[in-house]
Amino acid sequence: MDPLDIARWQFGITTVYHFMMVPLTIGLGLVVATLQTMWHRTGREEYLRMTKFWGKLFLINFIMGVATGIVQEFQFGMAWSEYSRFVGDVFGAPLAMEALVAFFMESVFLGLWIFGWKRLPARVHLAAIWCAVIGSVFSAYFILAANAWMQHPVGVEMVDGRPVMNDIWAVLTNNTLLVHFPHTLAGALSVAGSFLLGIAWFHLWKRRRDGIDTVSADGSVVVGTTGSKGRDETDYRVWYRSLRWGAWIALVAFLGTAFTGHAQAQLMIHQQPLKMAAAEAACHDGTAFSVLSVANPRTEGATDCDDVVGVFEIPGLLSFLAHNDFTTDVAGVNTLIPQYQEAYGTHLPDDPMYGERAGQEIDYLPVMEVTYWGFRIMITFGGLAALAAAIALWVTRRGTVPDSRPLMRLAVLGILAPFGANAAGWIFTEMGRQPFVVVPNPDPTGIDQVWMYTAAAVSPGVGAGELLFSLIALTTVYAVLMVVEVVLLTRYVKGGVPAGMPELTAGEHDDHDEDHGPDGGPGGSDARRDDADVLAFAY
Amino acid sequence: MTPEMTTEFLPTLWFALVAVLWTGYLFLDGFDLGVGMLMRGWARNESRRRVLLNTIGPVWDGNEVWLITAAGATFAAFPLWYAALFAGLYIPLTVALLALILRAVSIEYRGKSRTARTRDVWDWCLAGGSAVAAFSVGLLLAVCTTGLPLNANGDRVGGPFAWLTGEGILGGFAVVGFALAMGWAYLGLKTDGAPRQAAHRHLTRWLPLYLLPMGAWAVVVVSRDGGLIPWALLAMALGAALGAWTAARSRREGWTFVALGASLVAGAAGIFLAVFPVVLPSTLDPAFHLTAQNASSSPYTLTVMSWVAVVFVPLILAYSAYVYWVFRRRLAETHIPESHVVTPL
Repeated sequence: MDPLDIARWQFGITTVYHFMMVPLTIGLGLVVATLQTMWHRTGREEYLRMTKFWGKLFLINFIMGVATGIVQEFQFGMAWSEYSRFVGDVFGAPLAMEALVAFFMESVFLGLWIFGWKRLPARVHLAAIWCAVIGSVFSAYFILAANAWMQHPVGVEMVDGRPVMNDIWAVLTNNTLLVHFPHTLAGALSVAGSFLLGIAWFHLWKRRRDGIDTVSADGSVVVGTTGSKGRDETDYRVWYRSLRWGAWIALVAFLGTAFTGHAQAQLMIHQQPLKMAAAEAACHDGTAFSVLSVANPRTEGATDCDDVVGVFEIPGLLSFLAHNDFTTDVAGVNTLIPQYQEAYGTHLPDDPMYGERAGQEIDYLPVMEVTYWGFRIMITFGGLAALAAAIALWVTRRGTVPDSRPLMRLAVLGILAPFGANAAGWIFTEMGRQPFVVVPNPDPTGIDQVWMYTAAAVSPGVGAGELLFSLIALTTVYAVLMVVEVVLLTRYVKGGVPAGMPELTAGEHDDHDEDHGPDGGPGGSDARRDDADVLAFAY
Repeated sequence: MTPEMTTEFLPTLWFALVAVLWTGYLFLDGFDLGVGMLMRGWARNESRRRVLLNTIGPVWDGNEVWLITAAGATFAAFPLWYAALFAGLYIPLTVALLALILRAVSIEYRGKSRTARTRDVWDWCLAGGSAVAAFSVGLLLAVCTTGLPLNANGDRVGGPFAWLTGEGILGGFAVVGFALAMGWAYLGLKTDGAPRQAAHRHLTRWLPLYLLPMGAWAVVVVSRDGGLIPWALLAMALGAALGAWTAARSRREGWTFVALGASLVAGAAGIFLAVFPVVLPSTLDPAFHLTAQNASSSPYTLTVMSWVAVVFVPLILAYSAYVYWVFRRRLAETHIPESHVVTPL
């Protein structure tokens, strides 16, 4: 096997996997910090319970993001050493800044938050979660700055064949970054929104199934209680409020992704016109947006796409996406490829750094099936999640959910939609810049001479066997851990608020529970209570 | 500053900063890697394991960021060093990543398992992951002093195991031993009851043994590359280690911990100074050595990063210290609450 292909699969798998956890960390983190603020402000019990419950799920997910994040940093050097050498002067800076400015803050303050529930004054404890969450948002900013530079190199000059940074401010205010960042944040919030919505729906449904909540003749909810603190009226408010929050967040976040996505498309048309054309399977210049196009199977290495047939198109929409009017032609693949060939050559240079690929013809067209469908899956899943949220707001307006198992299942399944949209969006944007790892930008704000082919980026000294070893090992461990994470999340979801807040129902079973060991006796408990504030034991 | 000064001075400054970051990582994550190993290496029952885990609970994640920062700073300041080293050590770093992943996840997930059997699996992940991570970091640092068969481009030749040398393995054991010593010293400082007693017993008896590989590695490096100052630093490290041993014997837990840290700082300074300005030697040809000068980023990038470091490193140290202060009290088995089993509503 070709080391380049293995390295690309590995980067794709590890990155998409890592980005399953990241949006939930960012989105849910913002939600938890807001909930705790509400509790701090109002003193209402349901906000405390919400903070504890969603906070627990946040932590189960957070650790996976941390664990898989280190792989991201290491593999630039391990598998892409030639890339690291070429771009290190400018690309390493945002990565190091991420660690120094953001990641330290996130990790240290999160530890303080988890273990500081009893030790810290309420305000300081609230500040701790905000510091951690702001750290995670900064972290996203710096990582996206690095990624945006690969899409649109700025702030550098070429010295001895390598880009050398001469303007950090340009790198940190790259126009690509400024639309990337809000788009990614909105995507993270849409994940959190659907997550809240689906899980809260499950619990409201469960309360109805168990006969706790009922519905009066006019369809509005009659809240009940079992007597246990885990299933009382406050518990109802926890879920109803979570559901409404989740639905609103999902809706607003979708609008956010739509507007920022539109801004991204308008930049992309200048910065990476071929990516936009490939996203549209647009071979010829035109103004129509393709809703569905089909192609005859491409022959190996073919660069013309005349086989693509538009099945259903919306006239003028593509032009609107790109230029805000309905009549300006958007360049198609057949126009763009000759331009790329003229600017960057038709064949890879005969340089040993390209290995077996030296001298090969360059295929400037990204894999169109991936870009075309990636773009559409992103939009469809994002839209579906928003539609579901809107319907949920309407259906639950009288205070609870319908007593329908299929509907509940649909709400829970809906949690996956924004995850799918995020993954598809990233696969689209990263596959869409191939065959480049650093994309040359004809756009006047970019620096046109800076580019690198992905084929030149891989580590020359690392063999296929080593790459295969890490690909198999990482993929296996990731697969197992995905199962573990989902099992744990499910268990804590089913456990309800007491799962994240054992103290809530701690005393309830004492009367009829005879199985206490000697440590459970009154003496032991008293001794524990005396200095129980050593820290809030989390493990 | 004149251009000559910046091209000389900044790479030297950043070499020192990268050395500080690695030393900081060994100091801080050293003890929580050590405590992680002791989860299986010493603690035999559930309540002791939970004492151990909760001593590092609030701080281990922050400590691990030192590793991420050390790697990130190496990337930003010395891209050629980062590229050659990380690609050259492909297999051991893959293993290190797996170890770090399993370790991190097991810290968070072990308490959430429902059966003793799954908890055992997590404990082994934690103990084994800590040991392997410590070994790999030691190997990586040792390779920076012994070198790799690098060609003119800085690519490793000679196959996937070309990094394997006796000195590399010695470096691996050096960090494992040091982490165990730090782990015990930390438990002596942070716990009461059985772990504290065990820490006293173990350090009194075995401290020299834990530090032996570190000492041997330092002597090998300094006797090959070093001058007067590195030898003087090693002597200081030895003095601090002896001080730590004395303190351990007389139950001065705070001083044991501090003296061990001082021993690390002096020893690491001696080693880094001995090899400077070479950051990664080529075993094929001295002309291919990577040095702080020829592997570094541009003066502009280094200047930017220096400002970031000047502002944020003191801030990081301040808020990290605050967290240690908040959780300064000793933990004992009597503090550990009953474990909480999550059941469906």
